Amino acid sequence: MTTSTTRTAPPAPAGLFPRAVSRPLGWVTLVALAVLVLFGLGATPADAIQGDAVRLLYLHVPTAWLAYLAFGVTSLASALYLWPRTRRQAYDRIAGASAELGVVFTGLTLVMGSLWGRPIWGVWWAWDARLVTTAVLFFLYLGYLALRRVPGSADGNAKRNSIAALIAFLDVPIVHFSVTWWRTLHQQGTVFNSDLNAKIHGSMAFTLWWGVLAFTLLFVWLLDLRYRLAVLEDGLADAELDLAIAERVSADDATREPVADGSAR
Amino acid sequence: MSVVCLRSVVCLLGRFPALTGIDLTVDEGEIVLLSGPNGAGKTTLLRVLAGLLPIHSGEAEVLGHDLALDRRSARRSLALVGHETGCYDDLTVAENLRFAARASGRGTDAVAPVLGRLGLERLAGVTHARLSAGQRRRLSLAAALVRDPELLLLDEPHAGLDADGRETLDAVLAAAPGEGRTVVLVSHELERARALADREVVISGGRVQPETPVRPETEVDPPAPVAAASPAEQPAVPDVSVAT
Amino acid sequence: MSIWSEARLVAGKDLRIEARSKVALTQVLPFGAIVLLLFAFALDPDRGILTKAAPGLFWVAVLLATLLAVARAFSIEEQHGARDALRMSGLDGGAVFLGKMAAIAVELLALELVLGLGVVVFYDIRIERVGVLLLAALAATLGLAATGTLYGVLAAGLRVRETLVPLLLLPVLAPVMLGATRSFEAALGGTTSDAWPWIELLGLFAVIYVTMGVLAFGPLLEEA
Repeated sequence: MTTSTTRTAPPAPAGLFPRAVSRPLGWVTLVALAVLVLFGLGATPADAIQGDAVRLLYLHVPTAWLAYLAFGVTSLASALYLWPRTRRQAYDRIAGASAELGVVFTGLTLVMGSLWGRPIWGVWWAWDARLVTTAVLFFLYLGYLALRRVPGSADGNAKRNSIAALIAFLDVPIVHFSVTWWRTLHQQGTVFNSDLNAKIHGSMAFTLWWGVLAFTLLFVWLLDLRYRLAVLEDGLADAELDLAIAERVSADDATREPVADGSAR
Repeated sequence: MSVVCLRSVVCLLGRFPALTGIDLTVDEGEIVLLSGPNGAGKTTLLRVLAGLLPIHSGEAEVLGHDLALDRRSARRSLALVGHETGCYDDLTVAENLRFAARASGRGTDAVAPVLGRLGLERLAGVTHARLSAGQRRRLSLAAALVRDPELLLLDEPHAGLDADGRETLDAVLAAAPGEGRTVVLVSHELERARALADREVVISGGRVQPETPVRPETEVDPPAPVAAASPAEQPAVPDVSVAT
Repeated sequence: MSIWSEARLVAGKDLRIEARSKVALTQVLPFGAIVLLLFAFALDPDRGILTKAAPGLFWVAVLLATLLAVARAFSIEEQHGARDALRMSGLDGGAVFLGKMAAIAVELLALELVLGLGVVVFYDIRIERVGVLLLAALAATLGLAATGTLYGVLAAGLRVRETLVPLLLLPVLAPVMLGATRSFEAALGGTTSDAWPWIELLGLFAVIYVTMGVLAFGPLLEEA
């Protein structure tokens, strides 16, 4: 209590969770990522066929999962904003924050997929269904982020952004199916396969799942941070607005006296 | 019954507070003149009344519809004559008017009388792109009248009109109350507009000026109707103006 | 007025403006044609690549022309405050969407007809199944026009709309590009059977985006 009151800094912005949750969450995330590094680089063996390149999958699979999770959150938050009963500015902020994370992690997924593909497939890029879908997804949401940057009234923008997010989201399954029909040569999903244990080593499976967990924590933590930043941005805009109104009124008051003077004479 | 009722309305253009707290009431059949310096917020106020701009805060009711909740319903029964015609370059005068009439749910029967009333018959077949500035002003007014609006909002309607056009415009305005129309207009042709208007509201700095005079020549006159529209804000300012 | 007659009113207005201004005829169509010509420069016409790639090249040209047609459809609403007049008009948002979409679709179908003739003549193409071709073209065009109209109004009034609309539109249209190209390939040589899933996909895409457009156009026009 006393420490917080002695600080001159303004109060911390409201986040998705109270500080008491988000701080420890950050530490847990960092520890989880450190454990992932230990397992990914140390405790797991090199793959019989893929060699050390298999270690990239411990990042690739979690980032890909996270990208989809992020876009899912964006779509859900946008839908909640559009529904009149649940319309809160918070949902627009969550949608934007989540989409930013989604685009970053989609980009990482593509880069890591490419790095993995070079030693395994012998090429940087293959026109494989999942790669192409992910690339289209990347551009879909890059456009959405570009739209979000356009200034305008807060409510109008939020409505437009939410609609744009849903239009983009509707396209995802269509893109997925069309591209899958077009190209089907990717290796089958490994983790979600039923004969998982037969295929990959126990510690490898653990590391993959651990990676998914660690990155999910990372997502939640970053989302909260980005949300706090959005609250600060909006607060700044509101403060600027109050200032602008005050300036306009006082400037008008300053001119008013002589004007009233002239009309009375 | 009041056609327009605004309470502390704030409106933003981007991040610029164009209206900083407007209070305004307009009764049915009134002709109200908005005056004030350039950049005072008059055009913004008209666009808010027309339901084209969202309000940031405050309460706004136009023709019985709350603008914060439902701008569309209010817009059906009003018309705005702005700086632009809202017409298409490649359509003729008659085609533009027919489109405006049908789009507002009224039949095209209204087009011919309005053409006659505004002296546009000879131009009926001319495309918008070939009209002069003055002819476009007439077309703007015509496009508003074919909608048969209950509330007519006019932004500088006198600008760019020749003497003949001004006579026509003034006749339309004078006839408005008889046709069941309420009029809010912005004009720099103060003498003409004041002769038509029931009262004048001075806007500056995005607010209604508290000590708005009703007539410029009756300077001692207490500004009764306007004072009612803008409840006691800043008591110091009127005192000063009375003292000088 | 019913939504259909309102839509007809808007479509009639847009097509009448096109008939007078001839922007689609004198600008968009030549643009599509020059794109097809440039493909011949990029891909050596002597080695049969053009003939093999014709369906894809045709649809790329149509896609690029769609961007221009959409830009034009919304630039006529930018002039002289017409967009404000449209918002004031009391027309139903869904009706305006259907009207503008129909006008764009009619223009695109005319463009596809001319470009298609050009491809047949200059890329040395023989069409095996005209029915499949027409059906695919119709479904794809509806999808193009619907998404174009939707993103057109989404970006209407924004200062960055010229650059933003292509970025938003092209990724969304990826499935249309795929479906239209594959079903055209089938129509030109392959069997009918492998065209049907693609035509169904194109139809589904069109239905989804027409529905979305009818629902979202009004609110988007409001915020524009």
